[in-house]
Amino acid sequence: MHSFAVRIGRISYRIGSPWAAPIAALRRLYADYPAPEDGIATVTARIGPPRPWRRWIRPQVAIEGDHSLPDTVPMAYDHALLAIEMAMNMQVALGERRHLLIHASAVERNGKALIMPGDSGSGKSTLAALLGERGWRLLADEFVMIDMATGMAIPFPRAISLKNSAIAEVEGRIADPARFGPYLSNTPKGELRHLRPNAQAIARMDEPALPALILFPSYGYEAASDGVSRSELFMRLTEGSTNYVALGQPGFDRMLQLAETVPSARFAYPDSDSGIAIVEQFCAEAGL
Amino acid sequence: MKDARALATALADPISTLTFGADDWTSLLAIARAERLDGSLAYRLADLPLPAPIVRTLEDARAQAEFGRTQALWEVEMARRTIAPLGIAPILLKGSAFAFAGLPAGVGRLVGDLDILVPRDRLDDVEAALLMAGFDWAKDDAYSQRYYRRWMHELPPLVHRDRGSMIDVHHTILPPTARRTPDAAALIADSIEIAPGLRILSPADMIVHAATHLFADGDLAGGLRNLWDIDRLLRLFAATPDFWLQLDTRARRHEMLEPVALALRLADRLFATPVEPRLAGHDRIRDTLFIRRMLARDGWGRPTRPASRLGFYIRSHGMRMPPLMLAKHLWTKARAQ
Repeated sequence: MHSFAVRIGRISYRIGSPWAAPIAALRRLYADYPAPEDGIATVTARIGPPRPWRRWIRPQVAIEGDHSLPDTVPMAYDHALLAIEMAMNMQVALGERRHLLIHASAVERNGKALIMPGDSGSGKSTLAALLGERGWRLLADEFVMIDMATGMAIPFPRAISLKNSAIAEVEGRIADPARFGPYLSNTPKGELRHLRPNAQAIARMDEPALPALILFPSYGYEAASDGVSRSELFMRLTEGSTNYVALGQPGFDRMLQLAETVPSARFAYPDSDSGIAIVEQFCAEAGL
Repeated sequence: MKDARALATALADPISTLTFGADDWTSLLAIARAERLDGSLAYRLADLPLPAPIVRTLEDARAQAEFGRTQALWEVEMARRTIAPLGIAPILLKGSAFAFAGLPAGVGRLVGDLDILVPRDRLDDVEAALLMAGFDWAKDDAYSQRYYRRWMHELPPLVHRDRGSMIDVHHTILPPTARRTPDAAALIADSIEIAPGLRILSPADMIVHAATHLFADGDLAGGLRNLWDIDRLLRLFAATPDFWLQLDTRARRHEMLEPVALALRLADRLFATPVEPRLAGHDRIRDTLFIRRMLARDGWGRPTRPASRLGFYIRSHGMRMPPLMLAKHLWTKARAQ
């Protein structure tokens, strides 16, 4: 097994692959990230051939690790880096018990966190990536971790998954080519390219932020905004949380506290610049 | 780590982990999770001076196990409320029994489905009551339904439509097609009431059942976990005078003397469980095959030794039914896929 150990926020991974190239690509993507605390990785994510001969003959990759789901479809070897990212996500989605997971991106300013939940295609990753280059600190792209003990948003600055039209958009605004992963085409998620968060996001990955505003973006519509009721906020956050049920009553209490205390709204936007303008306006009103 | 030996040793002798390096810990956690023994391990290592990341990880595993226990106890209560009005006191089996009775085998143990045992002549009543209470068939194809009812020791599995929990209703502990025939009436007659309307097997029968479960279910998957149950139970029961005599008597009565003896030898070899040497008998060469199969995991948590796994898969089916019937069954299942 070729392997790589890395710490991202509070998660220390050991990542394994029987092929060398995907691990080399992962090392480049996560260059400058710290090693696990005390050198001990506590979470294993791996990829491997779904059948022994698939290691060599028309190779395929299956997503595996400490936690796995039955019947996940194997992927083409060319998408091995994506498979590793999915394996890393799966360990957190299924195994994390110290933090309540919110399916969202998040950025921080002045110690306060803006959390943007949304489905694939809502633009949450692109907005977070762009805000992270202009005065905000990127906290998370996929999972926002809410500390069960304190309620604070804990950074989990994984590589950002840019998809389809977002790739060119972000490439045009970030000069350093070393921050981008390889271009992956025709993946199950469309065209895809990973982006390493900037040095600030990595250097400050141990600084929590106070959840201060929750915005639901919708990309591709005329600019509009609307309030989100407390009850709807609660429902949408629980829907998108993979470990809410497994956390039991403390998870419920934590989620309720979030829904009852953090202001929330939704907005639609036609392009990134207007999206950023709407976000900034909301943040000015909410005091971020 | 080349196999799961270090996990077995860590469970039996937690002190053995004090010399672990960083890579040993990562491998131990991966193997323990793959064998679904991470909760049990977390309780065994609870009071040791371990590195901070490990302390946190074990804390999380204990919290997870505690949540699982709460859910398991709730499922027991739901089953009791459904079945008690029929005048039947179900016998809790395996994980639910350990959790409900507060046995050491239940500490940190994963509880999967709720398994209960009821008298065979009341099976239809229990089934009807569970269907009324919101359970549906998990497998509702005609072959599975017919197969379970005609040849199995349990009803086809039922899953609750709201809670998603599964219940297996047994009328005995081995399929009627198996060569050995445990005495189901004796299991029920000797069971012990632990709460109004709920029972567990007697200590000796509990070991006999754990041994059947260990060898007859699947390809010895979860074998290490099942053997750990046996270790925990034996360490508790062995303190009772006459326990070994009772175990001998019950194992004979259920035609399970050899499997019980094998389970004792394996527990002794993997966990240094105190066992009665006369009951356990001498080590056999094939014991080593069982050990090799049970420890077949690499340091990444991946299954290893595929030939051994396949051998035990075929063997477990061979124990359940005669060869011709097995061929027909596997053929039907393969065609259905």
